[in-house]
Amino acid sequence: MKSINETHIKFPSKSINEGFARSVVSAFVMELDPTISELADIKTAVSEAVTNCIVHGYKREIGVVYIDAYITEEKRVVIKIRDKGVGINDVKQAMQPLFTTAENEERAGLGFAVMQSFMDKVKVRSTPGKGTTVTLEKLIVPIR
Amino acid sequence: MVQTDYKNDILTVYLKGEIDHNRAADIRVTIDSRINSLRPKKLELDFSKVSFMDSSGIGLIMGRYRAVGLVGGELKIKNVPENLSRIIELSGITSLGVF
Ligand SMILES: Nc1ncnc2c1ncn2[C@@H]1O[C@H](COP(=O)(O)OP(=O)(O)OP(=O)(O)O)[C@@H](O)[C@H]1O
Ligand SMILES: [Mg+2]
Repeated sequence: MKSINETHIKFPSKSINEGFARSVVSAFVMELDPTISELADIKTAVSEAVTNCIVHGYKREIGVVYIDAYITEEKRVVIKIRDKGVGINDVKQAMQPLFTTAENEERAGLGFAVMQSFMDKVKVRSTPGKGTTVTLEKLIVPIR
Repeated sequence: MVQTDYKNDILTVYLKGEIDHNRAADIRVTIDSRINSLRPKKLELDFSKVSFMDSSGIGLIMGRYRAVGLVGGELKIKNVPENLSRIIELSGITSLGVF
C-alpha cells in the first residue's frame, strides 16, 4: 500500500470522543471529494469501531484509542482503529450479526454488520488480553 | 435536549442531532422516565431532525420498543430521513411493525 497522505491520532476512551473521531476522519477524507453518502458510510463505520473500543475493549476503564488513516494512490481510504483492551476470543462469532456480549447495555450486536455493509473491506485482528485492531477500507469513486 | 410532547395518550419524542453511544444514555433516561410516569398508549419517535445514527440508535429504538410495551403501549417511528434508511433496513427493525 502506497499512501499519498496519512494521519495518526489517539485519544482517551471517553464516549465524548466518538463524535470527535467521526469529525477528524471525515475531514481527512475530504481531499478525495467523497459524495455525501460515502462520507456518511465512513463516519458510521468509524463510529462503530471506536464505540467498540470504548464499550468493549476498555469497558469501565479509560485506555487509549488509536486511529491511523491513509489515502492511497488509487483513492482508497484505509482506517485502522485500535485498542489495547481485553481483545476478542472468537472473532468469527463476534462478527455474526446480532451477536453481542453486552445485551443488558442495549447493544444490538450490529456494529460489525454495519461496518461490513458500509465499507468495501473490514479486517479484524485481535489477541485476548492484548487488544483489537479493525481495519476499514473504502474506494472513493471519483465523480464522473 | 430531547423535546417531548404528550397529548391524547400519545407521547411524542422529537430526536435531534447525532445519536451515538455518547448520547444514547441521556435520551434513554429521558424517554423512560416519561414512559413510566405517563404510561402512554403510543410512543412516537420523530427522527426528522436526526443527522446521524449508528447501531447505538438501533439499540435505543429496540429498548424503547420493549419499555413502552411493558406499560401496554406501542412504538411508532416517524419521519426517518433518507440518510438513515440504510442502517434501519440493515437492522431488521422494519419487521417490528413500527413504521
Ligand atoms: N474492540 C473490541 N474489544 C473487545 N471486544 C469487542 C471489540 N469490538 C467488538 N467486540 C466484541 O464483539 C461483539 C460484537 O460487536 P458489534 O459491534 O458487532 O456488536 P455490539 O457492539 O455488541 O452491539 P452494537 O454495535 O450493535 O451496539 C461485542 O459484543 C464484543 O463482545
Ligand atoms: Mg458495537
